[in-house]
Amino acid sequence: MAESSAGSSTGTQKVTLSERLVIMRMEASSAEEVIRQLAARLEAEGFVRPSFVEAVLERERAHPTGLPLEGDLHVAIPHADVVHVISPALAIATLARPVIFRNMVNPEEMVPVSIVILMALDEPHSQIEMLQRLAAFFQEPQRVRQVYEARTAEELIQALDLLS
Amino acid sequence: MAQPKRVLVACGTAIATSTVVAKAIEEGLAARGISVITRQCKAAEVPALAKDFDLVVTTTPVPTDLGIPVIQTLAFLTGIGKDQVLDQIAEILRRSG
Repeated sequence: MAESSAGSSTGTQKVTLSERLVIMRMEASSAEEVIRQLAARLEAEGFVRPSFVEAVLERERAHPTGLPLEGDLHVAIPHADVVHVISPALAIATLARPVIFRNMVNPEEMVPVSIVILMALDEPHSQIEMLQRLAAFFQEPQRVRQVYEARTAEELIQALDLLS
Repeated sequence: MAQPKRVLVACGTAIATSTVVAKAIEEGLAARGISVITRQCKAAEVPALAKDFDLVVTTTPVPTDLGIPVIQTLAFLTGIGKDQVLDQIAEILRRSG
């Protein structure tokens, strides 16, 4: 079982990336359903408080997180306020079929999303390195495809390559 | 040495995306010879804070009648059009004050 952490060298808190927090080929018909399934994992593994899921859903309504990328696979990065987080972690789903998230920069626009990264962050400034690696990942369509086509959770975490 | 320019960086909750965007702006403008100070805030805080800044860069919609330029972009997250946006920011800041 691969269990790894990514964080800045100066940061105190490491971000957990675990196979237990990855759902491959998730069957879901809405953004809410994806968020609920991923949040349930984070809660079951003790990374977030029970209030997290509703906070994420509420935030997603007010400030959507769909990101249209350069290739044909798009992502969403739902998250919530730090008070709902116990220990920082990412929960990740690849979707059997894209679901619609709204575009972060233009909420009127629908983005068909194939990869969802639910972020439980408690101290973003010490997690900046991981966040930058995540942004760098989004900028490489080939790697996005590798993550989407990963056959195992371990392969997915490797392809995501967020470890410093 | 000119005064550093002040850039207000906004996103939904000032947690994740504005952290990445602020860092990318600082680095991208340093490479263009412009020194900037960034501050992160939530989109809802922008109207109250804008008067102390030269420019707003945001990943989420904010009011545009702020009296200072507003750039709404995902370029620092998705990479699409990043160099053009940095050039555009540099141009705006060179013209300001």
